[in-house]
Amino acid sequence: MAANPMHQFNVYRIGPEIKLGEVDISFTNASLFMLISSIAILLIFNIGSKKKALIPDKMQLLAELSYSFISKMISDTAGSKAKPYFSFIFSLFMFVLFCNMFGMIPYSFTVTSHIIVTFVLAAFIFIGVTIIGFIKHGFGYLKLFVPSGVPMVLLPLIVIIEIISYLSRPISLSVRLFANMMAGHTMMKVFGGFVVSLGIIGGWLPLSFSVALTGLEILVAFLQAYVFAILTCIYLNDALNLHH
Amino acid sequence: MLKKIFLKIFFFIFVLISLAQSAESGGMPQLNPEYWISQIFWLVLTFGGMFVVLSKIVLPKISKNIETRKSQILENIEIAEKQREETEVKIKEYEKIILDSKNNAKNYFNDARIKVVENINQKRESLEKEIDKEIESAEKEISDLKNNSREKINKIAIETSSDIVKQLINADVNSSSISAIVEDLSKKNKDKYNEI
Repeated sequence: MAANPMHQFNVYRIGPEIKLGEVDISFTNASLFMLISSIAILLIFNIGSKKKALIPDKMQLLAELSYSFISKMISDTAGSKAKPYFSFIFSLFMFVLFCNMFGMIPYSFTVTSHIIVTFVLAAFIFIGVTIIGFIKHGFGYLKLFVPSGVPMVLLPLIVIIEIISYLSRPISLSVRLFANMMAGHTMMKVFGGFVVSLGIIGGWLPLSFSVALTGLEILVAFLQAYVFAILTCIYLNDALNLHH
Repeated sequence: MLKKIFLKIFFFIFVLISLAQSAESGGMPQLNPEYWISQIFWLVLTFGGMFVVLSKIVLPKISKNIETRKSQILENIEIAEKQREETEVKIKEYEKIILDSKNNAKNYFNDARIKVVENINQKRESLEKEIDKEIESAEKEISDLKNNSREKINKIAIETSSDIVKQLINADVNSSSISAIVEDLSKKNKDKYNEI
């Protein structure tokens, strides 16, 4: 059972069964790692914001560097109008990053390797961005689907493609993160299984692969969190600064 | 745009194939809806809680920290700039003082030199006057002496010549005739004596 590479993604209940009416909302290992990630983020940034030294110590520097990193990312991609959404994008980036990173600890659970989690995040972003777009521009937001400078003959086709591309945003956003995390962890598990099955003589090659993959996965964990956040910024940019 | 769409289509196909493959080998736990609601519930709870705490408490603090640091650095730079300007003014003042004192020193030196030169000139003039006076008196004395000496020499010559005559011929000679002769001779030989 342990050799099954998909086994690591199993969700199981921890503690008693909690039911809200007919719906099962029991505390699971996924919930545990969401909670751990959230608490870790709050802890780190709370410590980092407590001291108000002119010359920051390590934790303060970490907090302030992350702050300015996200702030710069938002202002670069979405402009100054996106400032009110800073704390949401910051939370989003940190949540995805910490969930990805906690998933790199052996025997832990990767929250973001579940399509439902990433899809809820992406759908929330999609709906939120669409609402913001309609609030800011009214029905003028629909101009997003009509690129300027397109011949009239091609226009219906382009509009259809644009609408499909817009509607596929939450799917691509969620599947990108979920598939990356799942594929990476599955691959690591498969190589780990090879190490065991090939034994002391042949196991060194997959072991070295496994080590390299761990490094790659840590990179991917950061990169996917970054991509998730920056795509959110780009969608936000479309909604805030309508120029197509 | 087309490239993006192609990439997306390719990606979906890849995901679908991988989903199908893993579903064959025991199924994906991700597609088991048993705990979906629970995951959504806990995601909303934890992420929402974290978002609220971060945005209401933690992030304003960090932003305030950064702002205060920025403003403090700006303030410090301003103060430094002010102090630099002040030092520049002070340096200019100092240079002015140095220049003034140099000029003063030069002036003092010039004044002193002029005074000394004047003094020297005055003294030299007075000395020269004195010297001139003395030279004059000396010259007068000399000329007096010269004039007197001729008469004396004449007198001596007359007396000696009368004595000589007396001894040679044992006769008194009229001194006036001798003096006339001496006068005549001395006049004749005046040029010769003057050369001596």
